[in-house]
Amino acid sequence: MPDFITAWLDQNDVFTTMTMLEYWNGLVQTVQLVFLSLIIGLLVAVPLAILRTNRRWWVSGPVWVYTYLFRGTPLLIQLYIIYYGLAQIPGIQETFWWSIFREPFYPALLAFTLNTAAYTTEIFRGAIAATPQGEIEAAKAYGMSWFLRLRRIVLPSAARRAVQAYSNEVIFMLHASAIASVVTIVDLTGAARNIYSRFYAPFEAFIGVALIYMALTFLLVFAFRKLENHLLRHQRPAGG
Amino acid sequence: MIDLKGYGPQLAEGAVVTIELAFLSLLLALFLGLTGAAAKLSASRVARGIATTYTTIVRGVPDLVMMLLFYYGGQVLVNGISDLLYEHYEIDWFFQFDPFISGVLTIGLIFGAYMAETFRGAFLAVEAGQIEAARAYGFTRWHTFRRVMVPQMLRHALPGIGNNWQVLLKTTALVSIIGLTDMVRVAEEAAKAERSPFLFFIPVAAVYLALTAVTELFIKWLNRRANVGVVQGEG
Repeated sequence: MPDFITAWLDQNDVFTTMTMLEYWNGLVQTVQLVFLSLIIGLLVAVPLAILRTNRRWWVSGPVWVYTYLFRGTPLLIQLYIIYYGLAQIPGIQETFWWSIFREPFYPALLAFTLNTAAYTTEIFRGAIAATPQGEIEAAKAYGMSWFLRLRRIVLPSAARRAVQAYSNEVIFMLHASAIASVVTIVDLTGAARNIYSRFYAPFEAFIGVALIYMALTFLLVFAFRKLENHLLRHQRPAGG
Repeated sequence: MIDLKGYGPQLAEGAVVTIELAFLSLLLALFLGLTGAAAKLSASRVARGIATTYTTIVRGVPDLVMMLLFYYGGQVLVNGISDLLYEHYEIDWFFQFDPFISGVLTIGLIFGAYMAETFRGAFLAVEAGQIEAARAYGFTRWHTFRRVMVPQMLRHALPGIGNNWQVLLKTTALVSIIGLTDMVRVAEEAAKAERSPFLFFIPVAAVYLALTAVTELFIKWLNRRANVGVVQGEG
């Protein structure tokens, strides 16, 4: 950071260079956690959503149980079960997994991924189920195999229908990630809590972090609106 | 009662706290939601501006951050007012800002914003002809609102209220973070002391599932009642 900014910041009571760095590190942590869990969650959710729309109950049933459990209970409980529970698995402390899951980041990542995957599965299930029957019939008439039909017809049109609901899920995940601070992760909220206790300045610490979250939220809303416009361009009225 | 290493009764008390918290927050949210929807639909630009700012801020900020702000900031604010009153007017007034109050205020405020959107949509779904007819019969604005708009709006608002309630119920778990002894807090302390997280967290998760399931049935029943006489298309 340039010296003149540092000098200027250090005149403040609360928002000193150190505070700003703390917020920045928190931001990096939050973005990593949310981005990774969303990406992995999405990769898990698409195959699960395909299984969930299967007609055979023993295929779709287990997926339904999974989404029902993870959507019906608070994320905080899921985080606690995974964070405290992983350490209790007999023998895990002797394996190499322990060196990963000892860090609070990975149990939190696992909890967030499982949670967002459950919600995303249901979003995609709805979108897949809403595929017009005619499109599938046409694909069959062209002699497309099940996989080709899925790849070329069902998934692309389902993705378009799912964008809007999925953008809500992304914002929900960003906000839900604030609870990572309760398992000692110094994310944005964790940074704000540290700043609060250092200066006993609740308004500066929490309003400051609220503004950062708001900026992130509106950035996401803007990006998704662009994406939606792009994906749904063919549905706009022509000319004009 | 299930004993759970002696924590059973404490967990049950915690569950009662969770339920109280959820219902009080719901009441506040419904009140703020109706007020917010009225403001959003009003002719006054100031009212619309305030309501839009409110819902925008709530949608941009995580629930936990808002809760921490209310809990820690609320106490500082109350202390400030208390000092001021004592210095200038010699009034000895003090108020302890506890986690329960902060929880109800925060959750009520957050879901009030979501409810406002739900109610706004529901009010817009009431046919304009109904309102015109009521006015033609000489109903006052208040009467039109209470006798014509609200009963017809509820039918459209119920599914949205139901969804918001399900999310609200799960959000109550966050209040354990600022120190409220709800069932999540009891389970966390017990899990740490007894080193058996599954034994305590899984029953708590089951209680949340049961609460959502029971209230879902209730909302379905309400929905059926609110839709009596409405002919629905075959889907």
